[in-house]
Amino acid sequence: MSDTVTAAPLTAKDFATDQEVRWCPGCGDYSILAQVQKVMPTLGIPKENVVVVSGIGCSSRFPYYMNTFGMHSIHGRATAIASGLKAARPELSVWIVSGDGDSMSIGGNHTIHLLRRNFDVNMLVFNNQIYGLTKGQYSPTSEEHKITKSTPFGSIDHPFNPLALAMGADATFVARSMDRDPKHLQQTLIRANAHKGCSFVEIYQNCNIFNDGAFEIFTEKGTKMEETLFLENGKPLIFGATQNKGIKLDGFNPVVVELGNGVSADDLWIHDDKDFYKAQILVRMFDDPRKANHLPRPFGVFYETERLCYEDVMALQIEEVITSKGKGNLDKLLRGKEVWEIM
Amino acid sequence: MSTTDQILQDVVIKFAGDSGDGMQLTGQQFTNNTALLGIDLATFPDFPAEIRAPIGTLPGVSGFQLHFSSNKVYTPGDIADVLVAMNAAALKVNLKSIKPGGKIIANIDGFDSKNLRLANYPDGINPLEDGSLDSYDLIKIDVTKLTRESLKDFTDLGVKERDRAKNMFVLGFIYWMYNRSLENTIEFLKEKFGKKETILQSNIKVLQAGYNYGDTTETFTTRYKVEKAKMPAGLYRSIMGNQALTYGLIAASEKSGLPIFLGSYPITPASDILHELSKYKSFGVKTFQAEDEIAAITSAIGASYGGLLGITTTSGPGMALKAEAMGLAVMLEIPLVIVNIQRGGPSTGLPTKTEQSDLMQAYYGRNGECPMPVIASSTPSDCFEVAYEACRIALQHMTPVILLSDGYIANGAEPWRFPTSNDLKPINVKFKTSLDEGEEKFMPYKRDEKLVRPWAIPGTAGFEHRIGGLEKQDITGNVSYDADNHQHMVKTRQAKVDKIADHIPLQKMDSGADKGKVLVLGWGSTYGAIKSAVLELQAQGKSVSHAHIRYIRPFPKNLGEIISNFETVLIPEINNGQLVKIIRDEYMVDAKAYNKIMGVPITKGELVDVLKKML
Repeated sequence: MSDTVTAAPLTAKDFATDQEVRWCPGCGDYSILAQVQKVMPTLGIPKENVVVVSGIGCSSRFPYYMNTFGMHSIHGRATAIASGLKAARPELSVWIVSGDGDSMSIGGNHTIHLLRRNFDVNMLVFNNQIYGLTKGQYSPTSEEHKITKSTPFGSIDHPFNPLALAMGADATFVARSMDRDPKHLQQTLIRANAHKGCSFVEIYQNCNIFNDGAFEIFTEKGTKMEETLFLENGKPLIFGATQNKGIKLDGFNPVVVELGNGVSADDLWIHDDKDFYKAQILVRMFDDPRKANHLPRPFGVFYETERLCYEDVMALQIEEVITSKGKGNLDKLLRGKEVWEIM
Repeated sequence: MSTTDQILQDVVIKFAGDSGDGMQLTGQQFTNNTALLGIDLATFPDFPAEIRAPIGTLPGVSGFQLHFSSNKVYTPGDIADVLVAMNAAALKVNLKSIKPGGKIIANIDGFDSKNLRLANYPDGINPLEDGSLDSYDLIKIDVTKLTRESLKDFTDLGVKERDRAKNMFVLGFIYWMYNRSLENTIEFLKEKFGKKETILQSNIKVLQAGYNYGDTTETFTTRYKVEKAKMPAGLYRSIMGNQALTYGLIAASEKSGLPIFLGSYPITPASDILHELSKYKSFGVKTFQAEDEIAAITSAIGASYGGLLGITTTSGPGMALKAEAMGLAVMLEIPLVIVNIQRGGPSTGLPTKTEQSDLMQAYYGRNGECPMPVIASSTPSDCFEVAYEACRIALQHMTPVILLSDGYIANGAEPWRFPTSNDLKPINVKFKTSLDEGEEKFMPYKRDEKLVRPWAIPGTAGFEHRIGGLEKQDITGNVSYDADNHQHMVKTRQAKVDKIADHIPLQKMDSGADKGKVLVLGWGSTYGAIKSAVLELQAQGKSVSHAHIRYIRPFPKNLGEIISNFETVLIPEINNGQLVKIIRDEYMVDAKAYNKIMGVPITKGELVDVLKKML
């Protein structure tokens, strides 16, 4: 788009706006914003071609802080707005920023349809398992029995498993990362952008006001190694304080095994993000960490596949019709087939 | 044997049968045949909400009314001269709308004991036999038997397939009765069944058999002829409302240079616009069948944000779902056309019946102070111009626009003296791509003299900016919760819509003097009925005039003055009184209402009666 030949390379600063960032001090959103701003200049996309579309919620303030094109829209509809925008302008780099309430609750319908249509956009879901902007009600990803303002006796809702939902909607890129692991988040964003198709990235994000510590078991030093499983293509699923445990498939069931005593890395599940069936099992490693003998929670790219993108097929169909029928002629259209003349 | 030809000026014919009998197709074929002869016409299809209600029952009756004349036609006619009744239910449903002494052409086979029972006739009663129709000119034809007979050589076809052609027999017979050629229908059949030779030949055979039946049966001694109507010189075609609306959108796209993006979710009676637009990929039209009404409008907002001509089409229940997104479009101040083909409400209401009951919804139905222009079409062909105007206003005033049509206009047909592309006013659209003199930084909410903000689309280097549903600071567009700013912005958004009045035509009188006793003020599909009623009374020397409003928000600047020139204003509407409330509110005038809420249009006759009491 730009004719500039010798423009200085962009930096993270170029993607920051003059607007004061207004998340609560200590909010996980700060880290996510920083990682996105860091990654953006490395992607080789002209700034003016980037559009960030958000819905409503704390996360959805995001566009105001990105010096790109942006729209802070209405609750749950960023996905649908982005669909129309991408269909209209396939050359744009469209980023959807949403939260667990925005994408899974009020906007759940649009989320699944965005995924099945496979628009080439990136969808970042900041999951903090709480409604922050409305001051602390449980969300569709909150754990069972959770005490919140709207559930003083504990939530009776069963939570969504966002990645399983994405797999169910035939997403072509499914990943999970966290606010407290900047490197991993950056790597995940880079891969999400590189993926041609709809990239669904769930980001665990701490709401230190209404749901502080929701993910600390996964993010804090003391427990992280034991409770998380970082996925790398071609590598065995190994975790544990001293990398002493692994995941093996027993039939269709993932089981934890101790390494050593005759069990080696070769016996473990080797990650392959192209494996559709194994990805279905992987996303189901979603045990409530409060329960005994729960499995570790995986992070990384669970699944990636190629499928034609909606906007490309839409453009192709138009091209094909024009090739076979010629460009539309308004006068011919208005005239139609059967005409009579009054003298 | 010889027949005599009788010249008629005016005929209203109603084709009625079971919804599987093909009455809509029969009606449309006769309509096209009539139009091609230069006869003026108006149609009114009337079908059940169920795709196939139980065969033979009263709710399953599908009708198609056609009014054709050598005079100007404004309505599909209050009452039918001729009824074609394919079964007992069709007769029962329509008997009250046949002129005394009118013709009833009845399919005998549709009056067997089973059909009579399904139509709730008492045991042993057959209206074709009991003399109850003596005051009508009853023509009984055993259509089913004659159809089967004429297809006896088509041994490949089963009974069901043969019977399916019986509407062609009726059409052929009516063609004979009105001195018509079969040509356009044969052409139509060739196009429809081109690859299915047997089906094609059988349909043509039955069509000819129906025609020959009239010709050779000695019962029928009179054929009728309606001469060409005197219409302004030019080229004409037949057009239906939703089709004209589609063409208007495409024309606006061509003239503005912006491709169309239609986000739509199927809903009766608006789906035909989605069907129609999806055919025109050769014009670069992008149609998106969204997952719901909300995604339909928000995807269109996304496309519009990207610089396309964003459109969404729906009917009342869909409008309700789109309301929040309309508010977003008002805040974003981007172009968007929202088409509402109104139907009977509330809730699911009467999906296939017509009503004008969404005017208040269009006018006020959003949270906050949320003004949007509203524009309404009055006849099938008028949908073209109104759609074009809706796009023009949206694009040139950076605003969402609501276009109101209704089921009656959407499915009705009339002759249309179509324009050429050169006749259409250009729609100039300019994206913001450079800073003006004296501008240091792009200001997304800096307005021009029309109070319109600049449109800078993604991909324009140096114009990156953020917009959204939160209140904007004037000029910069940054989020602002400032009290004075909010008041200023609310007033500004209102003033921007009000200012559109400077860019639309003044209200014209449709007929009658500028001053007088009664002004009949209408909007939308009541046009034909008001027009013909008022003309009739004017011919009797009554002081009555007619004005029909296309631009409902804002109103044309001279509307108040027109209203003040009359002693009384009557506002007929197919609702419980909506425009009348707005007019009273706007102009402090004691406007009178005439309301009909029966899912059908107001007739000329009833309006004449109402007006006579006022004059």
